[in-house]
This record gives sequence, C-alpha cells and structure tokens, in this order.
Amino acid sequence: MPIITYRDALNQALREEMHKDDRVFLMGEEVGVYNGAYKVSKGLLEEFGEMRVVDTPITELGFAGVGVGAAMVGLRPVVEFMTWNFALLAIDQVVNAAAKMLYMSGGQFPMPMVFRGPNGAALQLSAQHSQAWESWLAHIPGLKVVTPGTPYDAKGLLKSAIRDDNPVIVLEGEMLYNTKGEVPEEEYLIPLGKAELKREGSDCSIITSGKMVLVAMQAADTLAKEGIKIDVVDLRTIRPMDVEAITTSVKKTNRAVVLEEGWEICGIGAQVVDYIQRDCFDHLDAPVIRVHQADVPMPYAKMLERAAKPDLAKTIAAVKKVMYLEA
Amino acid sequence: MATKVSMEALSPTMEEGRLVKWLKNEGDAVKSGDVLAEVETDKAVMELVARGEGVLRKRLVNEGDAVPVGTLVGVIGSASEDITALLGGSAASSAAVSAPSVAPAVAPAAGTAAAAKTAAAPAAAPAAAPATTGGRTVASPLARRLASDAGVDLQRIAGSGPGGRVVKRDIEAAMTSQPTQSSANSTPARTGSDFTDIPLTQIRKTIARRLAESIGPIPTFYLTVEIDLSRAAEMRAAVAELGDEFKVSFNDIILKATATALSQHPEVNAHWLGDSIRQFNRVHLGMAVATDDGLIVPVIFDADQKRLSEISAESRSLAKRARERKLTPAEYTGSTCSVSNLGMMQIDQFTAIINPPECGILAIGAIEDKVVAEADGGFTVRKKVKITMSCDHRAIDGAVGARFLQTLRRMIENPLMLVY
Repeated sequence: MPIITYRDALNQALREEMHKDDRVFLMGEEVGVYNGAYKVSKGLLEEFGEMRVVDTPITELGFAGVGVGAAMVGLRPVVEFMTWNFALLAIDQVVNAAAKMLYMSGGQFPMPMVFRGPNGAALQLSAQHSQAWESWLAHIPGLKVVTPGTPYDAKGLLKSAIRDDNPVIVLEGEMLYNTKGEVPEEEYLIPLGKAELKREGSDCSIITSGKMVLVAMQAADTLAKEGIKIDVVDLRTIRPMDVEAITTSVKKTNRAVVLEEGWEICGIGAQVVDYIQRDCFDHLDAPVIRVHQADVPMPYAKMLERAAKPDLAKTIAAVKKVMYLEA
Repeated sequence: MATKVSMEALSPTMEEGRLVKWLKNEGDAVKSGDVLAEVETDKAVMELVARGEGVLRKRLVNEGDAVPVGTLVGVIGSASEDITALLGGSAASSAAVSAPSVAPAVAPAAGTAAAAKTAAAPAAAPAAAPATTGGRTVASPLARRLASDAGVDLQRIAGSGPGGRVVKRDIEAAMTSQPTQSSANSTPARTGSDFTDIPLTQIRKTIARRLAESIGPIPTFYLTVEIDLSRAAEMRAAVAELGDEFKVSFNDIILKATATALSQHPEVNAHWLGDSIRQFNRVHLGMAVATDDGLIVPVIFDADQKRLSEISAESRSLAKRARERKLTPAEYTGSTCSVSNLGMMQIDQFTAIINPPECGILAIGAIEDKVVAEADGGFTVRKKVKITMSCDHRAIDGAVGARFLQTLRRMIENPLMLVY
C-alpha cells in the first residue's frame, strides 16, 4: 500500500471528489495560484481551472457566505480557511447560516458544504493562532465535525464530508500535514460518526481524536513496555460522537483517560466523560481523568508552550493515576 | 492548618456516640493516628483517633455526653493558631435555624475539609478496615458491583486506592484470599457466587403482603422440636476422655449442626430484601450473647466449613470479647442466620425475635433428662433439648422450616453425620 502524507491524502480526496461530481468546488485564500498555504490544493487549479478552484480576497465572512449561497443553489462548496483561527471572522456564516439553513427553511435549502483547514496549535504561533476550536463547533446542532488524525482517515473522512448533505467541519492540523501513513490506491470512504479502535488493550482506555491520536499511540507504545495494555479509541468524528465505541471500550478496561488538544472547561473531553459516567457507572474502577491544554492563552515562549500543551508525559501520568499505580 | 475532630461513624449503624473518656487534655501534643478519646457506639466502645497533627486545642464535648455523628468534638491545631473560625463554624451549623444565610455556606465547606483529612489518614497507615465517610464505605462503582456479584462484604476489605478506596484489585485479592481470612487451616476455596438472589414470584409477593398485614412487619411463626441428645452426650464423653483439649459443649454441637443444616437448606439461610430473597451459599452464623449492656450477636463466619473444635474456640472467644465490649463492627455484622441460647438460664423453651433481614432464628432451651417410652414397652431416661425456630413467613413456609428442623434433628441425634 502506498505511504503518503496527510497533505497528499487530502489532496487526493479533493481531486477524486471534484472529478466525480462537477458541483464540487474549492474556495479560499491562496488555494489556487499559490497551491494553498499548506499545499493541500497543489495542482488543482491547473487541473480544474479557476471556475472550480477560486482564490478569494482576505474576507473570511464574505467567502464563507458565498459558499453558503452556492450550496443553497445546488453546488457543493469546499471552503478552506487558512487556519480555523481566521474562521472566527466567518463564524456567523458557519453557525447562523450554514448550520441552520436546512432547519429554518423548513427543508427547502440543504447545505451540502465543507469548511476545512488546520486547527489547534503548531509551534510558536502564539496565543491568537494556536487554538483548538472543536468544542465551539461541535456545540452547534446542525454541524458535523470530523477530526482526522492519520492520512488514511483524512482522505476517507474528507470524501465523506464532501458527499454529506449537511455542513461538515473538517479540522486538520498544521503539524499533521507532513505525517505519513498507508493510504490505499482504490477508493474508500470512512463513515461520519464512527470511531475506530486504533489499538486494542485491556487495562485502560485512552479516548482521543485528531492530532492527539499520535500522542495516544505513543503513550500506548511506551506503556506496553511496562506491561500496560491500552485501548486507544480514536473518535474521528466529534459530532455525531460514537458513544458506543467509547462505552464498549470503557466497559472492557474499567478505566479511562480522555485526551484532547483544547482547553479543559466545556471541552470535548467533558462530553466524553459525561457519556462514560452515564453509561459505564458500574464499570468504573477510578474517576476518569482528562488530559488537555493548560487553561491559559497559548504562550509564545517555547518552554511555556511545551508546558501548556497536552503531551506524552501528561498522558502516561494520567494512565498511571487511573490505574492506581501512581498518586 | 487546624483539623476538626468530629464524631465519626465507628459502626455501620452508629448514629450518635457517647464520649466515654478523653485520653488527651487540651494542650497535649497529638500525632495523626493518636487515640484522642474512647467513644461508645451502639454496640461497643471504640477509639476516636486524630486525623491531624499538632496540639489538641479544644475539647468541645464533655465526658459522658452523647452527640450525633459528624458533630465537632474538638480541634487540633498548632499552639498559636487562631481557631475561632472553626469554633464559629460549629456554632453556625448548630444555630442554622437562626442564621440560615451563613450556616449552609460555612458548614459544608468545613465538612469537606474534614472529610479530606479523614480520607488521607488511612493512606498513610495501611488501612485495616476500609475507609468510610459518614459510615459509607468508599469503593469504586466497579468494586461495588464486583463485590455484590461475588457476595464479598465490602466492609471487610481494606482498600488500596487513594484514601483507602476499595478498587477492583482489592476485590480480586479478597476473592482469592477469602477462605484463609476467616479460617486458616480448613475452609476450602469455593467457586461461584456466595449467594443467589431470587426474584419474588407473584404468589410469594402476595404471601408476603397478606401475612405482614396479619402480624406486624415480620409475620413470624414458630416451630418447636424436642431433640434427643443421647448420642451427642456419648460423643462428648468419649472425646473428653481423650483430653481436655477435645472438650466441647452441647451448645458447640448444636451450633455446628445448625451451620451444617443451614448449608443444606439455603432457603432458610436467607435474607428478606423486600423485593427479593437472598439465599446465601455461605453460612455466617450469628450467636446471640447477653452482655451487661444488652444483646449483641457476633458472627462465626463460614461456620459450616469449620470443625467442631474451631466452632467451640471461636464461639467462646466471641462471647468473651462481646462481654468485654471488644468486638469490632466487622465481627457482629454479616450473619446470614442466628442462634440464641437461654438453656443455661433454665429456660425450657422460648421464641426468639428474628434479626432482620435474616429470615429465621433458633431458640435453644435447657437440656433436661426426660423419661421416654421405648419401643420394647420399657422406659428410659434421655437428655432432651427443645429448639424453637422463628420463621419469617414471607420467605419461609411452614414445611420449609420443618424440613430444615428435620435435618437439624438428624444431625444432632446422629452427631457422626457432622463429619460427613
């Protein structure tokens, strides 16, 4: 099976879907002539022309609105935000227009569109450009939110997102674009709303998604050397969330660590823990512990940024705590 | 930081405690774990220990006074610390009616701090008994479920988690070690659950409701048998000749026979739980002991698995310590069925009151020599004892109780059966 980057996997998904359905088009800052700020759209302008690969001005609210309008009249837009931090300017179109159009029009206007771009922190981009928005977006009824953590999942989920008749948020990662993994040549889709057990173990569940999947897998590898077997549940889709995958794992291991990139308060992990306490109460041998970003704006200083981010050491410590191996 | 000393729940049923004696004076230095006072619970005199370090700054309860569980009885702090806020907190909580806006805010916060201290103590010194907060055993939900499924008594397990929390591994350890816990040399390991919960059938529900309407909360009926002790007497005499160490009493033989018979009649070895009947697969035999303060029922755990000599030694030890008020709560909770004996007080026969949720109790009368007609037309003198079984009719029907007593009679009249 070919091993390709996360970036190229997204590129393949866009290319395949644009070939398959000529209503699909890509729009955003620098997606055309410049081949995308992160080269996700490399070669697409050349291949599909400027009617289907549209360079926009630096007007997030404006082009998000154009996307919503295009979807209302039958196109299937993919709107790229250079990062989700910039998407804050467009949030009214995402939350008030895209998420609610089908509902408020009494079913007259479907909203088959995708908003995608890198989410969360990269390295030393400081407080305004290092934020993980999944809990904001997943909060909204009417939106679907996917957080692929591997090239395979990135391609399969983006293709499903483009084919879905609802607005789907695709949260990628600047630090993920260069990661590599196996992606088959033949076409495949990954259903929205289905988690994947990325690794099987009996002692503790780590429930996570997106960029943190890599951290969870590293933690599982490290802990395996101490004989601790981790179940790694990759949610893949944050909304709708695959509750059954979570509870099946926790009922097996009796312990859970919930790992997420964003902040603690009202974070995705809080929702996961709620599902666990509701459905797994009698199966829990320890309180569930969350690993997340420190409750501060992301520091610019390298050492402080490292200290603020959820990481391997924090995840391992959390696992040992829920297993009563360390205080 | 100052630590509150509160009246703790030292037994599962304790609601208030009487402070018998202070063992530390105001101004004495105390370490965590020091015994501060003796407290009389509903069943025994127990020790109230310090949960913090420093100086016993204040004693708030006089010797002899009884106070509810949770009441502030003293304060430990450094010699110079200002503890008026803590004392004020206690005043506010007792004066909650007059100052409702202040008390609820102050009292729970203080209570949380005290609970945290309490929980920290057992972790430092390995707990012999599980951590409790306000009488509740601290255990993970999973541990509770596993213990319930396996019939393991959570209260008898020392937790290894934070603050003494009982967790999965403690239950697993208890399940593998339990046989040696109560009897080092004889109890064989058992497999499967310790009890079976039997949902109530409609007819059983109807019986329960109608009979309860007829006679109090527990519709009790009584079955009396007169049992011949000739062979038991022969056995006692024969083994006593082998040496003093083999001496056993009639009561020991009756306890052993009762335990063995109960193991064959789980329908009698049961608890009435309101919406189900719990039949036990283990026999924990309660034996009523009269003390100067009243009745207490220590438990011979796994009595059916113990040899006569063990029953004899254990019943003697439990009775002695009961009279000395030295029993721990674990020693007088958890019985599956009980026996009461007033024979030594020349009571011919009597009916005992069932100790709920148990479903039966045996009342043992005095052993008497009686003239009986023999099959050949002659007469002989035989030792006889009258045993009356009180049965909870909601769980035990007449014939069920009678069959149990048939087994019991066969055992006592043919004590050799006890070795089978």
